[in-house]
Amino acid sequence: MTTVPVPYRVTAASAETADCVSLEVTPVGQALPGFTPGRFAMVYAFGVGEVPISVSAIGGGHRLVHTVRAIGAVTGALCRLRAGDAVGLRGPYGVGWDLDAAAGSDVLVVAGGIGLAPLRPVVRHVLGHPGHYGRLRVLIGTRAPEDLLYREELAHWRRAAAQVEVTVDRPGPGWRGSVGLVTTLLDRVDTRPDRTTALVCGPEVMIRHTARALLARGLPAHRIQVSLERNMRCGTGHCGHCQLGPLLLCRDGPVVGYHRTRSLLAVREL
Amino acid sequence: MTAWPLLLDTLPQVQRERLFTLAGERDFPAGGTLFDEGGVADRFWLIRSGEVALDVYVPGRRAQVVETLGPRQQLGWSWIFPPYRWHLGARALCPVRTWEFPAAEVRELCTADTELGYELMLRCAALIADRLQATRLRLLDLYAPHGSVPS
Amino acid sequence: MIGRDGLTALVEVLRARGYTVVGPTVQDGAIVLRELESAAQLPYGWGVDLEAGQYRLRPRTDGAAFANAAGPQSWKTFLHPARVRQWTAERVDGELVIEADDTPPPRFAFLGVRSCDLRAVAVQDRVLTAGPHPDPTYRGRRSGAFLVAVECTEPGGTCFCASMGTGPAAGPGYDLVMTELVDDAGHRFWIRGGSPEGTDVLAELPGEPASEALRTAAVHAVASAAGRMGRTMPDTDLHRLMAETLDAPRWDDVASRCLTCGNCTMVCPTCFCTTTEDVTDLTGNHAERWRVWDVCFNLDFSYLPGGPVRASPRSRYRQWLTHKLGTWYDQFGSSGCVGCGRCVVWCPVAIDITEEAAALHDWTRRAEDGAS
Repeated sequence: MTTVPVPYRVTAASAETADCVSLEVTPVGQALPGFTPGRFAMVYAFGVGEVPISVSAIGGGHRLVHTVRAIGAVTGALCRLRAGDAVGLRGPYGVGWDLDAAAGSDVLVVAGGIGLAPLRPVVRHVLGHPGHYGRLRVLIGTRAPEDLLYREELAHWRRAAAQVEVTVDRPGPGWRGSVGLVTTLLDRVDTRPDRTTALVCGPEVMIRHTARALLARGLPAHRIQVSLERNMRCGTGHCGHCQLGPLLLCRDGPVVGYHRTRSLLAVREL
Repeated sequence: MTAWPLLLDTLPQVQRERLFTLAGERDFPAGGTLFDEGGVADRFWLIRSGEVALDVYVPGRRAQVVETLGPRQQLGWSWIFPPYRWHLGARALCPVRTWEFPAAEVRELCTADTELGYELMLRCAALIADRLQATRLRLLDLYAPHGSVPS
Repeated sequence: MIGRDGLTALVEVLRARGYTVVGPTVQDGAIVLRELESAAQLPYGWGVDLEAGQYRLRPRTDGAAFANAAGPQSWKTFLHPARVRQWTAERVDGELVIEADDTPPPRFAFLGVRSCDLRAVAVQDRVLTAGPHPDPTYRGRRSGAFLVAVECTEPGGTCFCASMGTGPAAGPGYDLVMTELVDDAGHRFWIRGGSPEGTDVLAELPGEPASEALRTAAVHAVASAAGRMGRTMPDTDLHRLMAETLDAPRWDDVASRCLTCGNCTMVCPTCFCTTTEDVTDLTGNHAERWRVWDVCFNLDFSYLPGGPVRASPRSRYRQWLTHKLGTWYDQFGSSGCVGCGRCVVWCPVAIDITEEAAALHDWTRRAEDGAS
């Protein structure tokens, strides 16, 4: 019954930034199988409502992590949850990152802001399968150093041979890293356009700009996967809210090849 | 994609070599100043490794870094236009290796070899446009708390 | 072949089999779908005059029951209800107990499903049950439903099913199908079974085998109805037309008339969009999830943090029309329009979907001419 939430318990709630919390949830009884990187759940805050949230980690024992940013009533309620609290989950829904298509090729992850959350399981998966993929590069743009997600894990990724580059819009005192838009990082990495798969998530403006920059560097549109956002109420393709032209993003997305979305994203108010 | 600096990436090899005859290797230590706002823009650099911060001096505050540049990127375009003065300051965030190009000689080469000059200016214009676009997007404050961000 | 007494028996047989029989009746100046206790409630002797933005009942002298085109409602009212409680949740000692609403679905028998509406049911079947997550409410109501189709012999001024290929002859999917004939030989219905249960029901009705003459007359009546449609959809690839006209100036024109009231979506037999409402009681320990019809003309429909994606009326009308006639193919493999004409009738400012499609078609042809 995919319209009814299944009870999960928050087993850990950790503040990532001032307004982002990672909720580790574990099924109370029956688990929801089938989560893969890029797919999402409808997460229910009791009595408040439901929001679509991509998984930011898929653990053993049916544990899932959702990284939530407090931007509204439901996400605010979710961010106030503590270990032991109850949530409801429906899912998994949608199409995730096509990692099979990336097999054997370099993987270029480009994340803006909380767009890193749905990409984290991709990085973990690629690092966990050495030999399956070529070089892994993770380019992250964020607002300020204190808004950077998963700081400790990034160091781990670097030790595991991923190239991880971070750039911020607003450096504070003490920031010794890059300043600028995430696309500036594309200049710094030696991309092999004929053997690279790019996975992009962030605000839609950032996605469009990044995809254009990747095309300009010779990546074909079908090797650029983007994760898009629209209003979602049901997750099952029935409520009609998440339409982007011919696509129902909860069903045909949220991850879609840029070759299918390029012209759609160019139409205002589509 | 080769590891050539982006400015020269697609330049015909003959022209690239002509330009490089003018270049010298130049390294900067961490914290070293490449130029200051208002100084004479008599050279530019193509960064080979390391990171350079472009900053604006604000009295009473630390220099505000507005952007950083790294490997394969071009540093400096004030040398192209009169009055050849830097608009920002530039400091090495870590040890930086560059190819340094003398501005006057490059401009002379461009004048003498207009074909090369045109190709080089096209690329400079593209880089400037690219940075202008990036700056405009940063003006939107894309990752602001109220912004449209996938959850 | 059955007569009016056969129709009376049909309602009785279906009720005896446990069905809630729903059919057209006259109420509040319109043909309204509601539960029938007897066939006497059918709108015998009522016709309708339909125009853009206009619906009027008109007495008929022939006593026909089904010669009155599509009314304001469609069968989605019963199969895909406007308000559904999906589940209830209790918080007990910090635990969530969530239970699906397991109200047994009613078993409906729909009497008088017009060809366009029969197609509309098939369209909603695909939308709501064909994917990996079939909707339990719809499936529960639909799987038990008994459909008595009626072929159209008297199309209205806003009908265009012939040009959509959805009528006036009934397509598959019915349990029984009738063609109503009123002539010198009397008031008769040529009735055929379309399913094993339909055939069983048919066997219980008082009637006689249809003569060759009756069949010929019925086929002719339906065929002639095809030529009397009040509207026509332009004969072009609408799927492609919608994809190619997203920047047509016509959208500004229609936006200047559209009130974004959403009436077209309410009366459309295929419009399926919903939203959710979460409610709690005062103790805060009991919550319910309700699913309610939603309208793509609402600003909230496309809301994202920061604001609605489709803020302008232009974009919202465009969404409705391009979805209905175009992107529906991409999403569900067919058109979302069945040519019933309800959106034309019930638009308060008389916007006509066929006229809008024709205008877009003209625009592309002019653009092609201009380019050549």
